[in-house]
Amino acid sequence: MKVHPAAWAALAALFAAVIGLQLLQTREQPLGLPAGVSTNLLYVRSPDFARRAALSFHALLADIYWIRTVQHYGGTKLSTGANKQYDILYPLLDLTTSLDPYFDVAYKFGSVFLAEEYPSGAGRPDQAIAILKKGLQAQPQKWEIAQELGFVYYWWLADYDNAAMWFNRAADMTKAPDWLRPLAAVTLAQGGNRTSSRTLWTEIERTADADWLRDQATFRLKQLDAMDGIDFVERIVQQYRARTGMFPTSWADLIRAGLLRGVPPDPTGTPFRLDPATGSVSLDPASSLNPLPNREHPL
Amino acid sequence: MSVIGHVAVNVFKESVRDKILYNLVVFAVLLISASYLIGELTAGQDVKIIKDLGLASISIFGLLIAIFIGIGLVWKEVEKRSIYTLLAKPIRRQEFLLGKYFGLVLTLVINVAVMTAAFYLVLAYMQAETPPNIRAAWPAPATDPAMLKAVALIMLELLLVTAIALFFSTFSSPFLSAMMTMAVWVIGHFNQDLRDYGATISSPVAAALAKGVYYVVPNFAAFDVKLQVVHAQAIPLRYLLLTSLYGATYVALVLLAAAIIFSRRDFK
Repeated sequence: MKVHPAAWAALAALFAAVIGLQLLQTREQPLGLPAGVSTNLLYVRSPDFARRAALSFHALLADIYWIRTVQHYGGTKLSTGANKQYDILYPLLDLTTSLDPYFDVAYKFGSVFLAEEYPSGAGRPDQAIAILKKGLQAQPQKWEIAQELGFVYYWWLADYDNAAMWFNRAADMTKAPDWLRPLAAVTLAQGGNRTSSRTLWTEIERTADADWLRDQATFRLKQLDAMDGIDFVERIVQQYRARTGMFPTSWADLIRAGLLRGVPPDPTGTPFRLDPATGSVSLDPASSLNPLPNREHPL
Repeated sequence: MSVIGHVAVNVFKESVRDKILYNLVVFAVLLISASYLIGELTAGQDVKIIKDLGLASISIFGLLIAIFIGIGLVWKEVEKRSIYTLLAKPIRRQEFLLGKYFGLVLTLVINVAVMTAAFYLVLAYMQAETPPNIRAAWPAPATDPAMLKAVALIMLELLLVTAIALFFSTFSSPFLSAMMTMAVWVIGHFNQDLRDYGATISSPVAAALAKGVYYVVPNFAAFDVKLQVVHAQAIPLRYLLLTSLYGATYVALVLLAAAIIFSRRDFK
């Protein structure tokens, strides 16, 4: 039977209308949700069920859950909406590591995703510890996981006794590097000083197998350098005060006094800021190293 | 060439005519495109995921061929009535059946071999493209030869699945044969649960029954070492030998049962 030309025209018109309407809908602002309501959906939450349903494709299913984990973390971190929630991060990591208990990166990066402060991460160091302990159950001699546990206690919980205990445990494991034992000792003796922070981040920068983790370590090391720089310049400000009885009003005073050669910059090249009233030195608000950790306990 | 050989070669030629080998193109495209695309999605786990994907794909493509070709091997001859001509020739039913089996095995061996070669090529490319400091963090090189152990066990699993599909096809319709083969394959992955069933129920009869099924149903989970080889875990030679012996014995058992049923079948 011959199709009427009008039918073809109607088909084309409807097709164009569907695409046009979809375009319009895309431009509309998405409908809002009440605060605290999550749109994140996870159909399977039981690791036992996932393990059975995967038959002989555990590793492949673990990869799929890992990709979802990375997408969930990255997407949430980059989102600008008010409803920023990492609520399925732990279940996703739990599923990934239940399907593939040797998935080291899921423990390592997963603990970073979980422990990092909200809104950059889930702000759940307790869950980071849980996932790492699960990793140690699967691989009791994996020193990297024990070291990560120490790191979570050190960096995110400021619990130096536990941090030192896990660094020591990591040092006892096979193939553990030499620097773990001194790190444990320093952590226990001086809890949270810059030396131990620098040791930790230097090792992470040296051994990181992902660009983003290496970048994170480089950033933290620059922050530590900036803190050293601030201490150094503040000592010079104190010298000036001892000499003149007052704080310098600007960098020019210190340069004229021969105490500085130029305006001191932070490791990114942005000049430090001087407060003439208190003599304190800080990062310029425009510096990408903001906000700096606590200078006494660089967490 | 023996009768079995002639039948086997014909089965292979038929699979080529039926464009079965096109799946190799799909496999290659899947692997190559995945190696390009997943790098951005996996936080540096692209090689691990390509290994997982490659091994899983070899297994899935092989399974699909084994089941969906295997179930039609006998049925097609009956449906086309060519079985009468064939059996009128000096050819024994067992030879016909074994020829069919080995023909499909030949198709599978060639498929798996080509897929494995493509898999290693993609991994070799990824290895060459990865900076040495990243490679140093891998548990094993991208082209770790130990992965061939997993491929060998996948092949063995496919031999058993083919035998089971052929067994069902000697007395059942293609649809039922496919369903039953799939069911046996799925149940074969729950062997561990069947063994431990007794601990969760109070009925000793049901527990004994479950344990009996555990010993009878083929243990397909034993052929799966994909996860271990990707993480460079050791697979003891004893395990490989024992699993191979188990697989070969089970194949022989199923083929014998198929031959007995086929020899008693009335085609009038």
